[in-house]
This record gives sequence, C-alpha cells and structure tokens, in this order.
Amino acid sequence: MKILIPIKRVNDYNVKVRPNQANTDVDLNNVKMAINPFCEIAVEEAIKLKEAGKADEVVVVTIGDDKHQEQLRTALALGADRAILVKTDESLEPLTVAKVLVKVYQKENPNLVIMGKVGIDGDHNQTGQMFGALTGLPQATFASELEVNGNAIEVTREIDGGLETLSTELPAVVTTDLRLNEPRYASLPNIMKAKRKPLEEINIGDLGIDTTSKISTLKVESPPERQEGVKVETVDALIDKLRNEAKVI
Amino acid sequence: MKTLVVAEHNNSELSAATLSVVEAAKKLGKDIDILVAGNSASTVVDQAKSVEGVSQVLSFNDTRFANEIAEDLAECIVSVADDYCYFLASSSTTGKNNLPRAAALMDLQQVSEVIEIIDDKTFKKPIYAGSCIATVKSDQEKNVLTIRTTAFDKSALGAGSAEVVEKSVPDTASRKAQFVKNELTVSDRPELTSADIVISGGRGMQNAENFALLEGIATKLNAAVGASRAAVDSGFAPNDYQVGQTGKSVAPNLYIAVGISGAIQHLAGMKDSKTIVAINKDEEAPIFKVADYGLVADLFEALPDLESKL
Ligand SMILES: Cc1cc2nc3c(=O)[nH]c(=O)nc-3n(C[C@H](O)[C@H](O)[C@H](O)COP(=O)(O)OP(=O)(O)OC[C@H]3O[C@@H](n4cnc5c(N)ncnc54)[C@H](O)[C@@H]3O)c2cc1C
Ligand SMILES: Nc1ncnc2c1ncn2[C@@H]1O[C@H](COP(=O)(O)O)[C@@H](O)[C@H]1O
Repeated sequence: MKILIPIKRVNDYNVKVRPNQANTDVDLNNVKMAINPFCEIAVEEAIKLKEAGKADEVVVVTIGDDKHQEQLRTALALGADRAILVKTDESLEPLTVAKVLVKVYQKENPNLVIMGKVGIDGDHNQTGQMFGALTGLPQATFASELEVNGNAIEVTREIDGGLETLSTELPAVVTTDLRLNEPRYASLPNIMKAKRKPLEEINIGDLGIDTTSKISTLKVESPPERQEGVKVETVDALIDKLRNEAKVI
Repeated sequence: MKTLVVAEHNNSELSAATLSVVEAAKKLGKDIDILVAGNSASTVVDQAKSVEGVSQVLSFNDTRFANEIAEDLAECIVSVADDYCYFLASSSTTGKNNLPRAAALMDLQQVSEVIEIIDDKTFKKPIYAGSCIATVKSDQEKNVLTIRTTAFDKSALGAGSAEVVEKSVPDTASRKAQFVKNELTVSDRPELTSADIVISGGRGMQNAENFALLEGIATKLNAAVGASRAAVDSGFAPNDYQVGQTGKSVAPNLYIAVGISGAIQHLAGMKDSKTIVAINKDEEAPIFKVADYGLVADLFEALPDLESKL
C-alpha cells in the first residue's frame, strides 16, 4: 500500500502571529516555521502503518516555494520515503491546493491519502474535503483512530456530539485530528539520512491549473483586546462580583 | 437567486446552530431556504419551516440520511445549486465536513468561520487561531460560507411559516463511506456552544474523578462543562468537551476556567465570552490576561467553597 501525505508549511504553533504594519497581511518575518501540527500527525500515522507492515511507501508532498524543502526534509527524517515539491511562489487557496493535489494523486496513484484537518494559519479546514470531492474519493475527516484492514479502513471521527465511526473501501482520504497519535521527533542519524532521500520538484506551471485567487484579503487586524480585569482575594469576593457587578449568576 | 442554509439536525431536532446561520443569512438580503436531508425527519422539517425569515424548506427524505455522510449531503446541495447564490452552514464539525465538499463540486472557494458579514461579498473571519481577524472579499458570483454561530444571534423558532418542498434524492448508491456506529455524549446539561454559563477544567484538575468538582457547580448554575485539550488528551473528559481552536468555540455570558493556563489555542475558543473568570494557582498564568475576575487559589480548595456558597 502506498500512502500520500500532503503537508503544509506554517508558523510554529507557539508563535503568536500579528498583523503587519500596513494591516494588509500577517507579519511572518522572523517567525519560526514548521510542519502544520495536523500534517505531522498525518506523517506519523503513515509511518506507523509502514512500521506495522501495512504500508510499503510513504510519499509526502507540499506546494510552495523553495523554503518548503525544509519541511519535506523533516518529513523524510521522520520516516517518509520520498518527497515532492510542487513549486510556486504564490500562496494558494484550498480549492487550488486541492486541484494541484489531484494531479499529484493521479500521477502517484496512492491507496490512501492522509491530510491534516486544518492548517493552523488560515484556519480553513477545507482542502481534504475538496480533494475528496474532486477525486470522488470517500472522505473520513477529523480522525482520532484509523484502522487499516486489507483494502478497507475504519475511522473514528471526532464530532461535536462525541465520536462517529465510518468504514470505507480504499482509496480514500482521511484528515487527522489531534488525538490520532503523538508525533515522534526526528533523530540525528535520520536527519542525516533524509538528506539523501529523493526530493522531486514539479513546476506548478506544468500542471495546467488556473491558480488565480477567488478570494482576496483586504485587511488583517488584531482582534479587539480584552481589558485585563481584577484579581479577587476570596471565593466570597468572586461570588459578590459575579452577582452584583457582572450580574451573570 | 436565493440563499440556501443547510440545516443541522439529528433527525428529531433542528440544531440551535442552524438558527444562528439563518440570522447570518438575513444579512445577505436574499430570500432564505433551508435544506433538510433527513430520515423521516418530519419534526425537523416542521421546526425548519417555523424559523422566522425562511421562505422554503427543501426536504430530502431517505433512509440513507439516518446518519449524515458528507458525500450524500454534498450531492443534495449540488442538485439544487442553480437557484442559489449563497450556501451557508454552521462551522460545526458537520458543516466543516460537508460544505467544502459541496463547494469543490461547484468549483467555489469557501470562506470558513465567518464572524461578520460586511456586504454581499465581504466577510470577516479569524485566522491564526484567532490571533488576527482577516477581512476578505470574494470575486465569485456564488459564495459558500461556514458561520461561526457564536458571532450571531438566533432567529426565532415558531415565528415563520415556510413552504415545504419535497425534493427528489440524488442517487448516491455508489458512495463508499458507510456509517458504522457513534458514541454520543449524553448529558442533561445545556449544550456547550449554546449554554449561558460554561465551566471548564484543564490539566490542573489532575484526573477524571475531580471533574465532579466542576459538575457540582455546573448543576447549581445550570452550566455546561468544558475542558482544555490537555484535560481531554489526558482522559479527564470526553473529546466533545474541548474548547478551543480544534474544539468548540463558545461565547457564553460567563466562562469559568479552572486549572487552565490559557494557551492561545484555548483562548481561540472562549475569549469572546462576556465575562471570564479564571481560577488558577499560578498568578502568572496567561489566562489572567483575559479574565475579568481572577482568583489565585488552589482549585481543590476554591471549588468546594464555591459550590457550597452558590
Ligand atoms: C494545533 C494545536 C491545536 C490545539 N487546540 C487546542 C484546543 O482546541 N483547546 C485547548 O484547550 N488546547 C489546544 N491546544 C493545546 C494548547 O496549546 C495547550 O497545550 C493546552 O490548552 C493546555 O491545557 P491546560 O491549560 O489545561 O494545561 P496546562 O497548560 O498544563 O495548564 C494547567 C494549569 O493548571 C494550573 N493548576 C495546576 N494545579 C492547580 C491547582 N491545584 N489549582 C489551581 N490551578 C492549578 C497550572 O498553574 C496551569 O496554569 C492545541 C495545541 C495545538 C498544537
Ligand atoms: N500548500 C499545501 N501543500 C500541501 N498540502 C496542503 C497545502 N495546504 C493545505 N494542505 C493540506 O490540507 C490540509 C488542510 O489545510 P487547510 O484546508 O488549508 O486548512 C493541511 O493539513 C494539508 O494536509
């Protein structure tokens, strides 16, 4: 079985990202970048399947500029076999990303595609579902458990009411939730080894996809700041404030 | 051209989230229809037609809709798409699952988690876990939006009298995904995203048993109980309790955070609450920066004291 993992390069999740001076975009100058946490979980799941003898090959793909090689190398160091960079200097919308991924899918013919449920940058939560629509593949989003049985999978999904389990034949697309697994760290020897693993580059222009944005960003602002409130000394004082000042109980 | 709101329901009750989506839809100034794909969900259809401001209820009735599968719902939406220029659902796990699939089938780019509708093509949405708010403008004739329901009021139930139109169900017999089972949390408490008061526990609660300390207070205040990711990951609380970037967004009148440090991903889901209380033994905890009232205390002393005095 071959698994394809689309990964996204985003800000390190510990960094609080701010608008730029002109309020036209976010300011990512000097911000530490990383693999989107949900994509790291996708990579980990694929590697675990490989270690369990259920997958033979794990291919990671990302769409972006040359700097994205860093994240691909990290994924290779974590255990992916091969990487693909679809090169573009533009930042693409989920629908366009999904269309590019369809091309890669058609070329690679994987049995399973695992994506993150959401990129922590744009908070879109769309690409996996759109990819499912465009390929006609069944989708199981927000996975907290994934079981592969031959040519079928069973996926436990985190939903607002609790948990839901779906089953489907392969090929299929799964998107990861945080509780699917805990990603490992890359070891130094593996980081060295990753440098020699294959990293293929494709020019986005060769794929014949219209990459024009359908949505433009007019403004990026900080949300209204909350005023820091007061400290109360005792439970009695707290109850008094809630009853008589905030009037919420 | 009209606005289509995709109803969320469990085949017996229309979700409160849908009422907020209808309220958001009103800001777009078009006639509003509600799509209900259900399995003998006549009570849901009845509720949907009574939502104030709704013109038509499109009812897709099939045993296949006993549990909602994204493939089915996307096909239902696409089958009526010609009449609509807006497609809206809540940014619940259901809306997030279905709507992007439908959007891609229509070759439309979706705007997720809309918190403000500025005009027919301009919307505000949080990005980077709510660290920034983006104003975006669409160049598309048709638009697909998921609505963050805490940012909108609810349209009244019972005030409207929409026409019900039975629609023929698209053939999705070939779809592969099959429902196996679900494990839904049952609770007598108000639902987390619509409760007036929420009390949440974090890693500081130490174990699942200690969540009883929150339950006691929740009962007295008729509050919902929530949790941080750390508490859910540690098995103190079920996944559907999680508040934050990856969990639920809540904006109650009163949010009480207990033993929660206040990571940005947690704040993303609760910082729009009207009044915030933090109980934490570390006076430097970032949660105090957003709290209206902070109590620096050991929760194992403060919670029993609070419960007894309410
Ligand atoms: C991609 C991503 C998404 C995430 N999404 C979410 C999300 O949706 N929701 C979420 O909550 N987190 C989320 N997180 C995790 C988040 O970064 C934090 O790790 C998490 O919120 C911490 O939970 P906590 O505050 O309960 O635990 P901690 O940060 O460990 O804080 C525990 C607090 O309890 C206090 N405490 C301990 N004992 C006591 C006591 N006896 N009395 C009083 N106080 C006490 C401590 O002082 C401390 O402040 C996400 C992380 C990532 C990377
Ligand atoms: N530029 C990209 N390159 C590769 N995969 C991506 C890219 N953008 C998004 N994805 C995938 O889509 C998932 C969801 O992203 P989003 O829809 O942007 O929230 C991510 O976790 C990735 O798996």
